[in-house]
Amino acid sequence: MLGSRGRRLLAGLMALGLLIVYLPLAVVLLNSFNSSRTFSWPPTSLTTHWWSQAWDSQGARSALRTSVEAGLGATAIALLLGTMAAFAVARYRWFGRSTVSFLVLLPIALPGIVTGIALNNAFRVAGTTFGLVTIIIGHSTFCIVLVYNNALARLRRVGGTLEEASMDLGAGVWQTFRFVTFPLLRSALLAGALLAFALSFDEIIVTTFTAAPGVQTLPLWIFANLFRPNQAPVINVVAAGLVVLSVIPVWLAQRVSGEPAGVRR
Amino acid sequence: MDRHQGLTQRGSGWLHRHANARLLGLLSLPAAWLVLAYLGALVAMLLAAFWTTNDFTGAIEHTTTLTNFTALVTQPVYRTIAVRSLGVAALVTLVDAVVAMPMAYYMAKVASPRVRRMLLVAVLTPLWASYLVKAYAWRVMLANGGVIDWLLAPVGLHGPGYGLLATVLTLSYLWLPFMVLPLFAGLERIPDTLLEASADQGARAGRTFRSIVLPLLYPALFAGALFTFSLSLGDYITVKIVGGATQLASNVIYDNITTGGNLPFAAAAAFFPILVMVFFLVGARRTGALDEL
Repeated sequence: MLGSRGRRLLAGLMALGLLIVYLPLAVVLLNSFNSSRTFSWPPTSLTTHWWSQAWDSQGARSALRTSVEAGLGATAIALLLGTMAAFAVARYRWFGRSTVSFLVLLPIALPGIVTGIALNNAFRVAGTTFGLVTIIIGHSTFCIVLVYNNALARLRRVGGTLEEASMDLGAGVWQTFRFVTFPLLRSALLAGALLAFALSFDEIIVTTFTAAPGVQTLPLWIFANLFRPNQAPVINVVAAGLVVLSVIPVWLAQRVSGEPAGVRR
Repeated sequence: MDRHQGLTQRGSGWLHRHANARLLGLLSLPAAWLVLAYLGALVAMLLAAFWTTNDFTGAIEHTTTLTNFTALVTQPVYRTIAVRSLGVAALVTLVDAVVAMPMAYYMAKVASPRVRRMLLVAVLTPLWASYLVKAYAWRVMLANGGVIDWLLAPVGLHGPGYGLLATVLTLSYLWLPFMVLPLFAGLERIPDTLLEASADQGARAGRTFRSIVLPLLYPALFAGALFTFSLSLGDYITVKIVGGATQLASNVIYDNITTGGNLPFAAAAAFFPILVMVFFLVGARRTGALDEL
């Protein structure tokens, strides 16, 4: 067991760890108000000028729109495919059942660059025009696992007895899904969708290889402008905005499941 | 309306009687997507590794050869990059394990349930902040005259600047939550009674940790390492942002695609992270770490 000195030491290390975790985020936030054009540290005076300038940035705006569209599209496909696969695994016994989890996990377990160039090559061979659609295809491929895992865990937990009862009482396949299974699944699907959207919104590596020159998601836009000194003020503001926005999914996840975001039960 | 309803009902009844048809229906789309599209693309890419590009026209020549692999194995520059990438991934994993262990231990074994919940949220929240933003934050902090320099100035030191050390620091920062979580879950499962028994037998905290906690924690540690290692190995963005001119394995793949236009060579280079991760996963299966994910 730990003595009081050991406990104090651990508490100190915990605090230090959290300090290191939050320091860079705080620096980004503060820097977006730094009035110096070269962002010298520590800031001598603060301004909101960069925020209004970033608000008017056309590039950032259209990139944000592309990111939201890609995220929504990928989430919708992941919801459909992930739920279907979860049902096939949870409710039926068949020979390839154990390989599904592995197959679904593969796109996220392999380095993003491998998935990226594989899809890039396939799109080229198939003669697909690169653009929003190819981005969505790429994103949904690695988002399926998030919906699948959540749905599968829920399906296993609630078991099939309620569905059987519903069918015994004369409900058809669709009715049972609509009135029995779906309500039981809803919060798990929401959690999965949230994770899928967040992952899609943040992804850059697969996106690099599936986007067209004119179609940029927000991460692609940030990365393209990261090394341009005259864009630094806008990048700072967009970065700070994303840090602030990241609180939303945490809050949502808390509301949906009552559990800290990302914790699977 | 009536006709439509009748059809739905008949379809529903037919599906009810034919479980195999239901299963096939459920599998059709996911299987088409993942097996035909994704696995197909993956296999096609890996096959392309055995082709070459014409030096003059850049066109792909579809004759099977091991040229790409021979070049990757024999040219010293690629060997250096491979060793450097493995070193970075291992170092990042080590740093994360050392930093995460006391945090996870405090959360699981010292903090009250209420504080534990709050700490869990505090550790997880940065995961939702954009990856790129966090890497950028370190670029800002490590800049000449930036926060790190400013913090170190009173003790007469200077920040590392952009380079390999900055890459390791930033990657460790990025993947830290992926190590804290499995360790926390693993520690939470170790009963307090074991620790008390060890203390009753006269073991000090350090001895209890080495002889009781650590062996029980190996699967969790391995699960965390799986994340930190594979994420580090696949990264080429962070190293571009804070690494200066440093090259890692994924940069070789990236550069051959984007500037080189040499898909076969990039595909051959992609075998490296894939093989390392397969090796890692087989090891993880044997320690039971996969059940911890």
